[in-house]
Amino acid sequence: MDSVFVYCEIEDGQVAEVSQELLTKGKTLATELNCNLEAIAIGSQLDGIEKDIFPYGVDVLYVADDARLAPYSTLPHTAIIVKLFHEQKPQIALMGASSIGRDLGPRVSSALHSGLTADCTSLVIGGHEDKKQGKVYENLLYQIRPAFGGNIIATIINPDCRPQMATVREGVMKKEILDPKYKGKVVKLDVSKYVSDTDFVVEIIERHIEKSKVNIKGAPIIVSGGYGMGSKENFKLLYDLAEVLGGEVGASRAAVDAGYVEHERQIGQTGVTVRPKLYIACGISGQIQHRAGMEESAQIIAINTDPEAPINSIADYVINGDVSEIIPKMIKYYKKNTK
Amino acid sequence: MKGYKIIVLAKQVPDTRNVGKDAMKADGTVNRAALPAIFNPEDLNALEQALRIKDSFPGTTITILTMGPGRAAEIIREGMFRGADDGILLTDRAFAGSDTLATSYALGQALKKIKDFDIIIAGRQAIDGDTAQVGPQVAEKLGLPQVTYVEEVKEITGKKIIMKRRLERGVEIVSCPLPLVITVNSSAPDCRARNAKLLMKYKHAKTVTELQNSNEDYMHLYNDRPYLNIQEWTVSDIESNPEELGLSGSPTKVKTVENVVLQAKEAKIITSADNDIDQLMRELIESHTIG
Repeated sequence: MDSVFVYCEIEDGQVAEVSQELLTKGKTLATELNCNLEAIAIGSQLDGIEKDIFPYGVDVLYVADDARLAPYSTLPHTAIIVKLFHEQKPQIALMGASSIGRDLGPRVSSALHSGLTADCTSLVIGGHEDKKQGKVYENLLYQIRPAFGGNIIATIINPDCRPQMATVREGVMKKEILDPKYKGKVVKLDVSKYVSDTDFVVEIIERHIEKSKVNIKGAPIIVSGGYGMGSKENFKLLYDLAEVLGGEVGASRAAVDAGYVEHERQIGQTGVTVRPKLYIACGISGQIQHRAGMEESAQIIAINTDPEAPINSIADYVINGDVSEIIPKMIKYYKKNTK
Repeated sequence: MKGYKIIVLAKQVPDTRNVGKDAMKADGTVNRAALPAIFNPEDLNALEQALRIKDSFPGTTITILTMGPGRAAEIIREGMFRGADDGILLTDRAFAGSDTLATSYALGQALKKIKDFDIIIAGRQAIDGDTAQVGPQVAEKLGLPQVTYVEEVKEITGKKIIMKRRLERGVEIVSCPLPLVITVNSSAPDCRARNAKLLMKYKHAKTVTELQNSNEDYMHLYNDRPYLNIQEWTVSDIESNPEELGLSGSPTKVKTVENVVLQAKEAKIITSADNDIDQLMRELIESHTIG
């Protein structure tokens, strides 16, 4: 009852990064609410998976282990969660804003008639007064996210429906082990009681999942390009600079949408969140969704022809000028000064 | 071959990608009037998938279903110019303030009224909210399977459809029996352009309300050519529980909305002159930020 609940994504027997981050955040929320942190792992051959989950401070782990449950498929995973939530009545449920969580979350929320907020950038506990209804609520989950093309930041609440559901992108929350020896309880679910044959109508014929080749999340230096780069060819300059500095190339959504670079490199609310030592933003105007994914960078350099670009307001250095002229100079003087 | 009956769920959205300086009012609310209204981009990808099925299976019909204010009829016409057969505008004050769940409920009730369909196709998400929730929620409301992030419909044989899904880190090929709900990614092919003949055929297509508000001299046209009448459904045209509509049917409430205010940091302003760049690189090396 009234627990904070995290859906753990499992890929190749491993708990996904985003789920570990949510377990960390979930523990913070559960501690503040003085309730249990609970989690569910759904998949196949999950023996021992609790060893990777309890250290985040999980009190109860539900395990649904069945050969038919991996890889992920919408209907059986939904059926298990919906029935379990009816039984356990958590107050908060968190999922990754991943291919899986964004497929599963809405389906579960519809079945439970509970509110869901996608792609939250912050989750906070707080109160609310509904003056019209004369009601006062305590300990609601504030689901905070940019909205409307990033022109506003909205705080969303679900006053009356439970669980309060939210999805969060990988990298937005920090992952941190609470106690490597933390002991929770494993509850094995009798899968046949939760799913029916009709939940398996969607058949996966082929599946190719690649380990991400791009590791922008862990890169100490990121050279990132926006729509202002103008073309795919101009992006080559960014790869040159990233290579010289030992960094990775990132991009804004506008650059990804324009086809300058692959989606894996997208930084921001609907991409990856990064916290590098140095972030070089080239031809990026810096809408809030992009800033949400990089503003915690230790140092930010903004290279832009527009002196009014929003990115400049969070930059440590602003270089006004043409990227195609400035980047070769940065490479040149980096080489000169490191000799 | 009788073809398939396809419903495309589409939304008219403010073009949040091209937000001008007057997009926000002084009080911090969004000035919708300042933003051009467009056919949600991924819904166009969805329409293209539907049109490709129609290309392969003569006799297939495509109906565009949209919920929104009266002017959302624009995207129904736009869809018809590109090859959709007709459309339904679901419009009523009762739907105002709907979150994704109340929207899905209303769309679901409209789809229950349509009843006869094989495939429902929608864009993955709309650019004004980016939630990607309505597709799966509509599927759940109808008790249908969902296949999200579709990049390509590869094959349909009888009552079985095979699709390629584009996931974050890979692809999946899946099969599913009809009927189902599909959501389509922007990585799917762009929608074809307007067809000149269809543009001529449908440019006067109107909803009842639009007809009432226009001083058409050609009213008889709408009797002679039934395809010019875009269906307009209000809340009274669908069976619904008022509690589940609009604001009262929306579990999520917006508590606060803040205009984005930038707190300016003291940034060092640098020019592109050689001296400046040289100095910058030395500073970064000395502070061990790079090197």
